[in-house]
Amino acid sequence: MKWTVGIDIGSVSTKAVLFNGEQVDSKIIPTGWSPSQAGQEVLERLLKPQGLTRDDISLLVGTGYGRIQQGMFDKTFSEITCHARGVHYLLPEACGLIDIGGQDSKVIGFGEKGKVEDFVLNDKCAAGTGRFLQVTAQTLGLEVSQLSALAEDADPADINSMCAVFAESEIIGLLAQGITVESIVAGLLKSIAKRISVMAGKIHFQDTVAFCGGVAQNQVLKDLLSQEIGCRLAVPPCPQAVGALGAAILGYEL
Amino acid sequence: MRAQTMAYFDQLIPSGMVMAKEAKEQGRNVVGYYCVFSPIELIEAAGAVPVGLCATKQEPIAEAEKVLPRNLCPLVKSSYGFAVSGKCPFFHFADIVLAETTCDGKKKMYELLAEHKPMIVLDIPNSSNLEDRQAHWVKQIYRAKDYFEKNLDVKISNEKLAEVIRTYNEERKLLMELVSLNKLHPTPISGTDLLKVLWGRSFQFKRDEYTAKVKELIAELKEMTAKGEGASQPSSKRILITGCPTGTGQEKVMQVIEEAGGAIVLQESCSGIKGLVDLVSEEMDPFEALAEKYSKIPCSCSSPNTGRFKLLSRLVQEYNVDGVVDITLQACHTYNIESYSIKEHLKKNHNIPLLQIETDYSDADRQQIKLRVDAFLEML
Repeated sequence: MKWTVGIDIGSVSTKAVLFNGEQVDSKIIPTGWSPSQAGQEVLERLLKPQGLTRDDISLLVGTGYGRIQQGMFDKTFSEITCHARGVHYLLPEACGLIDIGGQDSKVIGFGEKGKVEDFVLNDKCAAGTGRFLQVTAQTLGLEVSQLSALAEDADPADINSMCAVFAESEIIGLLAQGITVESIVAGLLKSIAKRISVMAGKIHFQDTVAFCGGVAQNQVLKDLLSQEIGCRLAVPPCPQAVGALGAAILGYEL
Repeated sequence: MRAQTMAYFDQLIPSGMVMAKEAKEQGRNVVGYYCVFSPIELIEAAGAVPVGLCATKQEPIAEAEKVLPRNLCPLVKSSYGFAVSGKCPFFHFADIVLAETTCDGKKKMYELLAEHKPMIVLDIPNSSNLEDRQAHWVKQIYRAKDYFEKNLDVKISNEKLAEVIRTYNEERKLLMELVSLNKLHPTPISGTDLLKVLWGRSFQFKRDEYTAKVKELIAELKEMTAKGEGASQPSSKRILITGCPTGTGQEKVMQVIEEAGGAIVLQESCSGIKGLVDLVSEEMDPFEALAEKYSKIPCSCSSPNTGRFKLLSRLVQEYNVDGVVDITLQACHTYNIESYSIKEHLKKNHNIPLLQIETDYSDADRQQIKLRVDAFLEML
């Protein structure tokens, strides 16, 4: 049997998927300070339970920012190509995807077979990324995972700064005015949805769009995004590992 | 494979720095310029050496930011920083600077620079359909003529100017012959090497030697091609570069594209072929002919800039281009806005995708650029 592995080394977490014509297993670990170590470790954790070794893998495909700094991969693809391929496999009805990653946000439009047609990435700053959420959550003494539940049913405060640093001072100002934490969190999520929808406006989405990345687990953000963009958003199973899956599929098809 | 003749062009700017000093010691006049709108034939006809001024490196930007706003185009900041820090020998040895009102940032920067060097600033009308555009340009050419005659104590004759125009036309034809070699696939010369040759043209003091070396390079590349050697792979996607000027020292984006396996076929920008595709008429009055040629350069500072759309349409077909990369310098509003229209134009009329890279001269965004470039090449 032909086996391929896709490994997506992101800034926050490293994802791996084992593929043999269909997705067999996936693993996610924190990237930590050594992307190459994370790559090796996630591979081991993926193969061991299946009783496989590196020699059983016909192609090891790397993606994510960590793909460039090591000799471990047989082949690499950009995470843009991989995300599109992965989403197309999981949600064949989707015409594009939004991925809010740790370091950047991507909006990708693709055609038949998940081939990328156009894409927009955010600037080289934290605006509209997972990092923005993390920094602002910290200001409020919260974990990112708490944000969705808090924001539910809250009236969103008006937050204008998309710069993580300025947003922090804006939040402090709002707290001083007595605005509730719930409102501020809802406002933050709304501001991200607005920001991403501007990016999405550059790609002419028509139908279902996939929402990927760890942030896709945030239900409130998903609803807000869907409203702003005017499309149905679908979150694929295990939205963090879509890039790694795409890498494994691309390797399998080579 | 790389042509051996490239060694000459690798050394062109460093040796030009030495020659600028020698030219001054020999009592020659030197006129520095920044932009492809500068009618350099007029400088040569005034018996002076036309030389490009340093403008495309990160290094002097900190010095410039003591005076200029941080949120300004890096080209403008770098030009100013080079000039005032004394780190540009060409600026140092220039008697006069020939400048132009291409964009607001440069225009205002020149006001500050005028305290450091005598300068003449040509007024470039920003409406491409201004009724008396040609007349306006002719006036600017004569203004520059009068300024050179007075300040360099020379006379510029019709005959001399006509002669220089012929020489420069020959040089343009020769450079286009070189560029045209990249119609072949795989491309015989890399985009960064082509840049070195074209950019170096503004920094040389021995025109005959330069053209002789270009001829040598063409011959060598033809030989290499005959042997099946090229600068890219048969599988390489053919990329055309457009947008803001990309000079030596800021090849970052082009390097990333070539490292990722893309073949840069040519540059449609003022650091590329923008000023070379059209010749100066040898039939008309030479001053009117100069005005006509320079007024037609399809720069985004002109509105509407239909010439650029036409030129791009022609190039993507002639050079069989797979994708276009538009390099926009941060805070360059005209190129940044025009990028949208160019993208739509290429998609609609040629089904060719465009990737816009907005960047500056620092190396900080190299990884972000690599991701975009990798993805773009994968989708072609």
